[in-house]
Amino acid sequence: MTLLEASNISMQFGGLRAVDNFNLSIDQHELVGLIGPNGAGKTTVFNMLTGVYKPTEGDIRIEGLSVVGKKPYQIVKAGAARTFQNIRLFKDLTVLDNIKIAFHNQMKYSTLTGLLRLPGYWKGEAEAHESCMAFLEIFDMGEYADTLAKNLPYGKQRKLEIARALATKPKILLLDEPAAGMNPQETHELMETIRFIREKFDIAILLIEHDMNLVMNVCERIVVLDYGKIIAKGTPEQTRNNPDVIRVYLGEQVKTC
Amino acid sequence: MSKQIKIKKLGINVSAIVLLYIILKSAITFGLITRYHQGIIIFIMINIILATSLNLATGFLGQLTLGHAGFMAVGAYASAITSIEVRALLPNMPDFMLLIISLIIAAIAAGIVGVLIGIPALRLRGDYLAIITLGFGEVIRVVINNMRGLTGGAQGLTGIPRIVKFDSVFWVTVFVVLILYRLTHSRQGRAIMSIREDEIAAEAVGIKTTHFKVMGFAFAAGLAGVGGGLYANYLAFLDPNTFNFMRSVEILVIVVLGGMGSLTGSIIAAIVLTIMPEALRSFADYRLLLYSFLLVVMMIFRPEGLFGRREFSFDGVKEKFFNKDKIQEKTNIS
Amino acid sequence: MVLFLQQMINGLSVGSIYALIALGYTMVYGIIKLINFAHGELMMTGAYFAFLIVVTSGLPFLIVVPLSMLLAAVFSVVIERIAYKPIRKAPRISALITAIGVSLFLQNLAQVIFKADPKIMPELIDKRPIDIGPLQISTVTLTTLALAIVFMVILEIFIKKSKPGKAMRAVSEDKDAAILMGINVNRTISLTFAIGSALGALAGVLYAITYTQVFPTMGVMPGLKAFVAAVLGGIGFIPGAVLGGFTIGMVETFSRAYISSQWSDAIVFGLLIVVLLFKPTGILGRNEKEKV
Repeated sequence: MTLLEASNISMQFGGLRAVDNFNLSIDQHELVGLIGPNGAGKTTVFNMLTGVYKPTEGDIRIEGLSVVGKKPYQIVKAGAARTFQNIRLFKDLTVLDNIKIAFHNQMKYSTLTGLLRLPGYWKGEAEAHESCMAFLEIFDMGEYADTLAKNLPYGKQRKLEIARALATKPKILLLDEPAAGMNPQETHELMETIRFIREKFDIAILLIEHDMNLVMNVCERIVVLDYGKIIAKGTPEQTRNNPDVIRVYLGEQVKTC
Repeated sequence: MSKQIKIKKLGINVSAIVLLYIILKSAITFGLITRYHQGIIIFIMINIILATSLNLATGFLGQLTLGHAGFMAVGAYASAITSIEVRALLPNMPDFMLLIISLIIAAIAAGIVGVLIGIPALRLRGDYLAIITLGFGEVIRVVINNMRGLTGGAQGLTGIPRIVKFDSVFWVTVFVVLILYRLTHSRQGRAIMSIREDEIAAEAVGIKTTHFKVMGFAFAAGLAGVGGGLYANYLAFLDPNTFNFMRSVEILVIVVLGGMGSLTGSIIAAIVLTIMPEALRSFADYRLLLYSFLLVVMMIFRPEGLFGRREFSFDGVKEKFFNKDKIQEKTNIS
Repeated sequence: MVLFLQQMINGLSVGSIYALIALGYTMVYGIIKLINFAHGELMMTGAYFAFLIVVTSGLPFLIVVPLSMLLAAVFSVVIERIAYKPIRKAPRISALITAIGVSLFLQNLAQVIFKADPKIMPELIDKRPIDIGPLQISTVTLTTLALAIVFMVILEIFIKKSKPGKAMRAVSEDKDAAILMGINVNRTISLTFAIGSALGALAGVLYAITYTQVFPTMGVMPGLKAFVAAVLGGIGFIPGAVLGGFTIGMVETFSRAYISSQWSDAIVFGLLIVVLLFKPTGILGRNEKEKV
């Protein structure tokens, strides 16, 4: 079954049609890139897919279940998790707490159980602690467990945000410009992280990016957006040579590393 | 944290509390503390309840509310009226039982009002939320003022059974702080704090933000109601106009001074700010002037207050002095 | 019918006082996104300045008014520089708490200096009522209304046509762009405070003359109600403050006259709650969505 299906979704803001008849189908394990000039509507698409905006038209389904109009936390429960363009970590909480919060829905003890400190609380917290620490270890971040998120270096903050999204056990991960603000070294690490995630977690990934190096190297399929409309779809090779895409990116070089 | 350390920590905390109780209780029984000072101690504890409950909403949940006195008022009147009516019906009921019933009613009443106000109000952010809670606080005060049949109106409510003494206040305060500590150190507490940190990110990792905002608000309101109930059944008299915006601000000053997000901070600040006006009796005229000056200065130079977001713990002190190489910035949650 | 018209005039007069105060709130909010809780206290300061001037020098109304406004304006700029400038980049909760602190500080400062008992404002305007048809309107009411309208018009012209006025609008729209355009943002912000407070002070003087009393907490309720007015009309939006002010004035006057003065406060706050729940941007306000 298709993992994520967006059918003819559009977003109208008053007089502005920010996204027009967007269609996308993503299957298990796919790695898809969404590119386009600034203002093309990429983040708006993301916001529609993750419940921040309700599309003015169209339907969105995750594993066949319609999620259009649902709130972000419901969409997380349905299996889609996202990161943000401007990293949104819980800055004054520790790295471990950031993960634990994402782990919230996997813990089961009730408020009352917590207040009474019944065995369910202790068991739940111990399990959570173990699982979340193990999770951090997977990302080589165990040593940072007790560091406040705001004190992490930028590249690690992005990694944490991705790890946190993965802690919600999604079926598809949506990354909004993950390489924003990164130097070449950090970008390289990010590419490794993305490939690693895909193998280790067996999930699909949809990412928005401006860094063509990253997109071309990592994505299997690319969708190109301009003024809210899809203007091209295909493999990186196809996209690179597509005259429409080149025209839209006039002045921008698309080449491999 | 291993189980042994947890048990040790618990042991230290429990002993400290019991010790404190014994010290204070003996001092009172043996007449070492005057009636007057007893009153101060009781007000300190009521303020601890009010400040820690407000801290849940403002410090932990991150929602500035300016109507906390309103919740206190609802609890106060609910407790007062319940105790008056029940005593009339069952005059032989022992004091402590009457108090427990009244306080439970107070908590429920204030909690319900908290939910009713919270559901619409929490849709707003920041400034707007603060203002609407101010508005609600004022509305509560006016309503109480005008329900003369039930509340005695502006004349005040008298004849409230005086069933609150040091013992009850002490243990109820311990209970309230315990609940708040446990709530904030649980997965629900983490969810609540995530909303303070970044509400959008919290939603994006699956937290039902509306649910937790209302929950935090309701707990804060209900516990403030308990504080109000203790106040009512101690003073035995209620004047609706004491539960005004100024009162909400005074509680806020305590929370800000102690640190928004630190329960121990609120406790210590409550002690300081309850004692201070009494100690500086001669400066009574300048009290509020000093408070407000303090507030402004704090916000400019040390907005995180005394304790910031950290809790004071005995082994935290030990660690600092004996384990200098292990010092990192820790929050006391994991 | 006569009573109704009478109340309408009263409502307009009260409303114009609220409008003047609301203008101060809205201008400051528009430029630094801060709800200046202490604004009601600036109204109070204006009244005390006027009182002091009259009592010590016996100067006439037409000099007392602008002089009080000027003094209040200067005073507000001092406050702005000391208390508000340092927290301009702070989180909103901090800024709001600071403003509350300033408000309380000023109230208590006035109390310490002048004591809590109300001072009587000497008669500055001849209180003879004027007869217009079947209506009897006091000179004070008319003067209040007239002065308020005059200054609102002056403000409108200033904002639209003058260079500093345009600077104020620019900084409200986009502070960073304004800096890039060479606008002295600090001076513009101080100017905004000064003007807003001058209008608030005018309201204070008019209020003192109307109700003859000057006391330290006189700014609290009118301040709160004027704030409701600003929010009702659309905070940050100048015509909104005027609309809101007159609306609240009418609501308060009519509910006092036809329902009860007990409930009129609750009704005003109830209106605030309703507005915030259903249209927080106010009647004339624009929608601002948070960017994700």
